[in-house]
Amino acid sequence: METVTTENSVGKTWGGGNEPMGASYGKLMMWFFIVSDALTFSGFLAAYGFSRFKFIETWPLADEVFTHVPFMHGNPQPMLYVAFMTFILIFSSVTMVLAVDAGHQLKKDKVAVYLFLTIIGGLIFVGSQAWEWKNFIKGEYGAVETKGGSLLQFVDKNGKRVAIESFAATMPEEREQLTRNKGRWFMDEPSIPEYSVAEVQAGFKSHPDLLIRTETVNAEKHKTILTRSESELRLTQATLVVEGANLTRNEYGSKLFADFFFFITGFHGFHVFSGVVINCIIFFNVILGTYEKRKSYEMVEKVGLYWHFVDLVWVFVFTVFYLV
Amino acid sequence: MSHEHVSNTKRIWTVFGILSVITIVEVFFGITKPEFLHMNNLLGMNLLNWLFIILTLVKAYYIVYAFMHMEGEKSVLRYAVVLPLIFLVIYLLFILLTEGNYIFEVFKISTIKWNF
Repeated sequence: METVTTENSVGKTWGGGNEPMGASYGKLMMWFFIVSDALTFSGFLAAYGFSRFKFIETWPLADEVFTHVPFMHGNPQPMLYVAFMTFILIFSSVTMVLAVDAGHQLKKDKVAVYLFLTIIGGLIFVGSQAWEWKNFIKGEYGAVETKGGSLLQFVDKNGKRVAIESFAATMPEEREQLTRNKGRWFMDEPSIPEYSVAEVQAGFKSHPDLLIRTETVNAEKHKTILTRSESELRLTQATLVVEGANLTRNEYGSKLFADFFFFITGFHGFHVFSGVVINCIIFFNVILGTYEKRKSYEMVEKVGLYWHFVDLVWVFVFTVFYLV
Repeated sequence: MSHEHVSNTKRIWTVFGILSVITIVEVFFGITKPEFLHMNNLLGMNLLNWLFIILTLVKAYYIVYAFMHMEGEKSVLRYAVVLPLIFLVIYLLFILLTEGNYIFEVFKISTIKWNF
């Protein structure tokens, strides 16, 4: 690697040792991998945009969905937690580029320290992502689905969301969960929600100040709240109680919303995870002195490209899912 | 490999500052959602969303050009990476968003009802 440089191979285009774009083979291939991966993510995000435009009037409002912050339970704070995650990732990008910079000066210990900080940042991010998923899957308020597949949520007269468990009646009906060992053949069913439709309807009837909020976004860019009589009428069409989110339905609104959330943030989270694994391998190589012997820390640079790319994708995911 | 091996730490911290400020501005507008931005449209999208998208592109520029050190690469590599991406992404977004909007109108205007 040290014997051939671009400068003294000028004119020998076919003789080997020529770097066509002034970058080594490995770095060039990392760039082209990044181009293809960027197009993959663009495809996902554009598909999200497609579905959102298709259901533009009923799409969930992000700042009503992602409101959880650790140690602040019951106090909805949109944006804060995801802003924290963004900072973690940007900062781990900074430590990564500092590691690359130290590598140029062949400072082994500095590279190791900065890489270690990058790994820690990556782990914090993946952990935060997991916590976000947990809250998303668990849900907070619950909703009911109508025969036609639209979703009804419950609010009090100030428009504040009300959880199903706080008003649903308790009825003597019992419905046993069908599991594999009770079924005749390989039969089971998704877990049954805590309350049945009848219990929700009865509870709604006995709380006259409750109203129903539909998915439709009105001119003020809020979800439409029905009057009491409209609400009662609408609730008679309920067929299912929805709690939390899965790939089939979710309590936030459009069914596709949760699918895209799981798929895109999951795919990005997987990239972060593999980035952490690759960073660990490189970290141990640095410690062992592999690049010290090579007199080149270019491998840190190549892995750094990947890590920055992961950060770059998150910048777009952040905008598309949480801001616009 | 042929970069001059001088330390770029000052530039790195400057870029970190820029990225942090942009993120804080985004979060601030995301929480407050000022009326005059949120309710006024330009070319079919409200001004707040335009702001978010432009700020995101600025962030992307700094990540690619400073952190990934694109500014130090030869222009042939720069354009081989950046131009196909810009072209294909705009193309993809144009097609899919137009189509999505069309399907929305079909559902809304025609007699097909999906929401009852």
